[in-house]
Amino acid sequence: MNALNKIFEQQIVVKSSTDNLAEIRDFTKSAAQQCCFDEDSTGKIILAVDEACTNIIKHAYKFTPDGEINISIKFSDGKFSISITDEGTHFDPTMIPEPDLREYYKQKRVGGLGMFLMKRLMDEVKYGTIAGNKNQVVLIKYLSK
Amino acid sequence: MAEFNVNLRGVGAVSVIDVKGYLDAHTAPELENVFNRLLDQKQYQVVVNFDDLKYISSAGLGVFMAYVETMRENEGDIKFSNMKENVYNIFDLLGFPILYEFFKEENEAIKKFCDSSKF
Repeated sequence: MNALNKIFEQQIVVKSSTDNLAEIRDFTKSAAQQCCFDEDSTGKIILAVDEACTNIIKHAYKFTPDGEINISIKFSDGKFSISITDEGTHFDPTMIPEPDLREYYKQKRVGGLGMFLMKRLMDEVKYGTIAGNKNQVVLIKYLSK
Repeated sequence: MAEFNVNLRGVGAVSVIDVKGYLDAHTAPELENVFNRLLDQKQYQVVVNFDDLKYISSAGLGVFMAYVETMRENEGDIKFSNMKENVYNIFDLLGFPILYEFFKEENEAIKKFCDSSKF
């Protein structure tokens, strides 16, 4: 069967602890591999999901470990879509400027890199709110034809 | 749980940090501890050997950004060596090669410190 015709759907829910990042990466890796992404693209997808979840743990849940992160992956027509939702504090991604490394260096700033990386690693990154109060980030990667 | 190990050793006046496994938001504090120890000991010439590092996220990159200025203010630096291509690509995406020196081998990075301290 052609990889592009494959249909795939999987979901996990984890608590908002950095302890769970390894499990999140394993889940993402397995899904990307099952959808026939090569090693390079799989690595990019894993890192983007790690960055999204790290941001949620840090900013939405402020390191309280009892929040929930729901990761739902769907694949059809060559489109690999990862929806990540949380019920933590809402934040406006448009308020975060793109980092300038030289400025960061001067100011000893270390934040904001994750969002920038996600944009560079994925084909599309969308932020939104669903079901009234849940924050959602959707990461999309297309399987090359 | 992510596997990560960090080891500190001295090669002459240079401190070499070996990083192994997965460096993410969970494991980055272990690396921060090593940098704090170096600052306590006033050791500012640092080479990070990435030979056994399989993975890095921005939390790991942030550690180097947080400490490099202090090292440079004290006539030291943080230099990188033995990086795998997949790890280097992440540093490259964020523009690190403009501000940091990367070496293929650890001894080249150490030698750079020795050469610059002669002048």
